[in-house]
Amino acid sequence: MALDKNGIAQRIAQELQDGWYVNLGIGIPTLVANYIPDGIEVEFQSENGILGMGPFPFEGDEDADLINAGKQTITATKGAVYFDSATSFAMIRGQHVQLTVLGAMEVSQNGDIANWKIPGKMVKGMGGAMDLVASAENIIVAMMHTNKAGISKLLKTCTLPLTGVGCVKKVVTNLAVLEIKGNQFHLLERAPGVTVEEIVAATEGTIIVPDNVPEMNLEI
Amino acid sequence: MNKIVANPEEALKGVESNMTLMLGGFGLCGIPENSITQLVKLGVTGLTCISNNAGVDDFGLGLLLQGKQIKKMISSYVGENDEFERQMLSGELDVELIPQGSLAERCRAGGAGIPAFYTPAGYGTEVAEGKEVREFNGKPHILEKALHADFAIVKAWKGDTEGNLIFKATARNFNPMMAMAGKITVAEVEELVPAGALDPNEIHTPGIFVQRIFKGLKFEKRIEQRTVRQK
Repeated sequence: MALDKNGIAQRIAQELQDGWYVNLGIGIPTLVANYIPDGIEVEFQSENGILGMGPFPFEGDEDADLINAGKQTITATKGAVYFDSATSFAMIRGQHVQLTVLGAMEVSQNGDIANWKIPGKMVKGMGGAMDLVASAENIIVAMMHTNKAGISKLLKTCTLPLTGVGCVKKVVTNLAVLEIKGNQFHLLERAPGVTVEEIVAATEGTIIVPDNVPEMNLEI
Repeated sequence: MNKIVANPEEALKGVESNMTLMLGGFGLCGIPENSITQLVKLGVTGLTCISNNAGVDDFGLGLLLQGKQIKKMISSYVGENDEFERQMLSGELDVELIPQGSLAERCRAGGAGIPAFYTPAGYGTEVAEGKEVREFNGKPHILEKALHADFAIVKAWKGDTEGNLIFKATARNFNPMMAMAGKITVAEVEELVPAGALDPNEIHTPGIFVQRIFKGLKFEKRIEQRTVRQK
């Protein structure tokens, strides 16, 4: 069965490595923080000026001065630090953050990503996304494989205005885990119960399928 | 030095229509609420506002949008405001959306005497249109220019008579860089203390960047998304 957004987050959390600094975008990526594997310590950076982002506060403990990039109230972990926006993006642009997880509307087979604008309809702005994708060593996109109209979001070429070019290396969707290499999508894993045929049918871009595509190893 | 002014009226003396203003804050966090109220009262129009976000419909910069006081917004994300989207799509409001990191660095550069710098952010996208491109270490970067403002209006937690400022948690965000880049910088603070009350080791923004400081009468500190977890 295809994953829900928590399943996607859980699979991405398996990519976390001990001692990493990680930036989580708004939407599905924020859920990754709920699935940190046992024995691993990571620190979450939020672009608006905190390193050591913690979980949501208990009711009554909300602090208007302590929010994440999605403008949600949060807490700070022990050893957390606050800083200004220029310092924040120095961390990001200067490649001090090991992993960036963000959502997308479209990803192309050469690693382009579009996630900030639908011309004439939705122009909310790019926020920190362009800085993040232009600089990060590791970028994982978390998204549904197809959009609400059933159209593939993994394309030969993006149709929407780009956030970054040739920068995405890995995509985790509700159907699969894919790598982007040599101008092609490479299928690595299937969601439990999902077939290769379903994945190929939902992928408009060129997709390379190995002989054996294992299922994701998740305890759901 | 005594940079204290009595109130928002004194603080914003000299703000005129068609000026360029920088306003600190991320979402509704760390916004100069009392100054924004004063800008609405002044009724100045044709403003160019440099601020990461546009507030919500009935709070923050949204109040200036409601009053049709803003001609142009320079921001990185404006999603929380329906009136904003309406004015933008109808052409009433000119909007320049720029990457958040570039916005932060452009303000810092403006205050730091760096006229322009190269960044990889936005290369290959609409943001790069019309901008010089240069390769460094085999990677393309675009040239971004410094931003300046006639007035920079910032919000801090504590400030002293010298204009030294300390910020709280994530209410810091753009305030320090904008404080550097304003021709006249106005700081509104929650706690106003005499010189010597703040530990020099703990000051975030040196008073040299600040021209006027006042204690805000009231801070609503609205929370945009109140998210909690269960015990």
